[in-house]
Amino acid sequence: MTTSFWLTVGLFFVLLALVSWALALYLRAVLDPNGKTWLDPVLRPLERWTYRLCGVDPRKEENWKGYLASLLVFNLVGLLLTYLILRIQQWLPLNPKGFGPLSPDLAFNTAVSFATNTNWQNYAGESTVSYFSQMVGLASHNFTSAATGIAIAAAFLRALARTRAKTIGNFWVDLVRITYYLLLPLAFGMAIVLVSQGVPQNFAPYSRAQLVEPVSTTGGDGKERRIEVQEIVQGPIASQEAIKQLGTNGGGYTNANSAHPFENPTPLSNLLEILAVLCIPGALAVYLGLAVGRRSHGWAVWGVMAILLLGGILVCWHAEAEGNPLLVELGLSPSEGNREGKESRFGILDSALFAVTTTATSCGAVNSLHDSYMPLGGLIPLFNMELGEVVFGGVGSGLYGMLVFVVLGVFLFGLMIGRTPEYLGKKIGASEVKMAALSILALTLSILGLSAWAIASPWGLAGIANAGPHGLSEVLYAFSSTTGNNGSAFAGLSGNTPWYNTTLGIAMLAGRYLMLVPVLGLAGLLAAQKTVAASQAAFPVSGGLFIVLLLATVFIVGALNFFPVLALGPILEHFLLHAGQTF
Amino acid sequence: MKGLLSRIRVSLALTGVLLVALCGIYPLAVYWVGQFLFPFQANGSLVRSSDGTVLGSALLGQNFRGPQYFHPRPSAAGAAGYDATASGGRNLGPTSKGLVDAVSRSGADYRKENLLSPDQRIPADAVTASASGLDPHISIANALLQLPRVARERKKSHEELLQILARYTSKPWLGLFGDPVVNVAMVNWALDGKLGGR
Repeated sequence: MTTSFWLTVGLFFVLLALVSWALALYLRAVLDPNGKTWLDPVLRPLERWTYRLCGVDPRKEENWKGYLASLLVFNLVGLLLTYLILRIQQWLPLNPKGFGPLSPDLAFNTAVSFATNTNWQNYAGESTVSYFSQMVGLASHNFTSAATGIAIAAAFLRALARTRAKTIGNFWVDLVRITYYLLLPLAFGMAIVLVSQGVPQNFAPYSRAQLVEPVSTTGGDGKERRIEVQEIVQGPIASQEAIKQLGTNGGGYTNANSAHPFENPTPLSNLLEILAVLCIPGALAVYLGLAVGRRSHGWAVWGVMAILLLGGILVCWHAEAEGNPLLVELGLSPSEGNREGKESRFGILDSALFAVTTTATSCGAVNSLHDSYMPLGGLIPLFNMELGEVVFGGVGSGLYGMLVFVVLGVFLFGLMIGRTPEYLGKKIGASEVKMAALSILALTLSILGLSAWAIASPWGLAGIANAGPHGLSEVLYAFSSTTGNNGSAFAGLSGNTPWYNTTLGIAMLAGRYLMLVPVLGLAGLLAAQKTVAASQAAFPVSGGLFIVLLLATVFIVGALNFFPVLALGPILEHFLLHAGQTF
Repeated sequence: MKGLLSRIRVSLALTGVLLVALCGIYPLAVYWVGQFLFPFQANGSLVRSSDGTVLGSALLGQNFRGPQYFHPRPSAAGAAGYDATASGGRNLGPTSKGLVDAVSRSGADYRKENLLSPDQRIPADAVTASASGLDPHISIANALLQLPRVARERKKSHEELLQILARYTSKPWLGLFGDPVVNVAMVNWALDGKLGGR
């Protein structure tokens, strides 16, 4: 068991390193407005035509405020458009089942959710939103919210690499090039491979299968119904599945998300979906080294992310493989681990691998039910999100989140040992640290503040499904997930109430924009500085010492902020479980 | 203000262009290529009997309950289980009384159906619900415990059943990723002699 575990995990990390490296080289061409790629013959004319049609001058760069303004306006337009579509879907085409408008709070929650790359889903897809709303209102955000995140990371890296610069890039150019050259080709290739594994891609109506053995069931009205047909979902699933993973979006076509055999049919599709989530964040970390001319720095940051990911996998896998002692007592075989809420084709390891990856990145797709994980198995996804989604993280947001920790770490440890706090030849002074601290504090306040309000208010308590400390974990998970723009859930929580729709929407906005604004501000400050030649006194940004110190910074900040509440949730539940307590 | 207006104008135009590319051209391109290269998979891996009626999908489970069938895992999809339009799991936490009760009930049923002795350990997948509620697979251990019952009901030899089970068993990819599992739906259709045409 342990040999195959290490072989599997080892192979997984080797694949991840290869993909990160290959894609980082490609990113260098994509993120340079004049970069040459092998897709140029097809995409270059399309790119030029897009600029002309939209009135964009691709040669004009902006300072950080201009860049931010363009980004915010573009996001706001997309958000309002989606809100509008959801509110008037009854008058729009492609609504065969005649769904009515979403309530204002649910429409707000859903529009924010997709615009912020969260894809938290408080609505049931099959019974609430029309095809038109799905395709036009929601699906487009899977690309644009991902491209927005990558654009910010690209702008931040330009700021690091430049000296005494006023501008950090052109948002429109970054957005268009990332969408056309990076996301579309990757998603297309991935979608075709997914189809080969069994993910449907069609526009047919649902199929009807004749059951060999009809079943009878008693409905809610007490009447007996005989079920003779299994209705089988169809639709353009593969195209959505591919970008949902690549863009770290996570919003599924079906309710069961990547646990549904149509979204994730085989162990191979499962591995691909995990790698798809990690490949762009991993490549961006390596690209950091290329962009600033110090490859070892990029790989050091990648290494810190990989170590944190591996740590999570170890703990989560171990907790799940141990199984649930309460069930073993009932006569279950102890060797198979905790199977509740897991698909048998994936088993324990592939489920744990997916759960840790989807929460370390800001994806939020699930191939198993995190709510049914063992207390310590569920602690890892929760803690991953509370670290601020920096373990590879969301596309773009993971890297700039981690760079905030780098700035903070360089500052802390630089002061501690009496060295000049500087990062890549840029001085880290009071203004820079303020920006970094602001973004971290905003996230913590959103998670802890809103969770505290939830458990102190009747509206918050009303949504909890499982009693005992597990109930607290459900609430904490919801606000960690939305603040981290993750979107996965301890799905027992009933979040579709006006109070939850609104507060979760606020958490998503806070998690996205209260992080992003200080980060771009920091970029502006760094770009304007003169880069000084690295001196002997400068703090090293690669090698073992740097890796350990960055790990410590991330871990200590996360642990100090969240250990008290985690002790009352999953950790308490762990001890009560082993004392045989149920709720 | 002039800057803001121009940003709004670009945003609206770009949103329009991207909608056409991302919500129109992209899914259609996947549709054309997918249907051309993998028509069976792209249409839901539908399995048909020799007279052409759809039995189900090779990827989705169905709720076989009769003693002559191999039984799938408990399902929380829809009121009767295995409702393919209502995928989902039980979402019960590890310390939930509801979970302990449900597993205890399923365990008693499983022992009775398969004439197991009280000290026989039950495979965990046999009494726990999957995440999708549509899991078509069970573990090998689970299938082997059900085999004597199916052999008795159908008056077939164990060897014959083992051959059919082997035909619909998937192995881990590269021997590493995933668990070895048996597709219950396919096995049951094969046992009924329904699998003629595809």
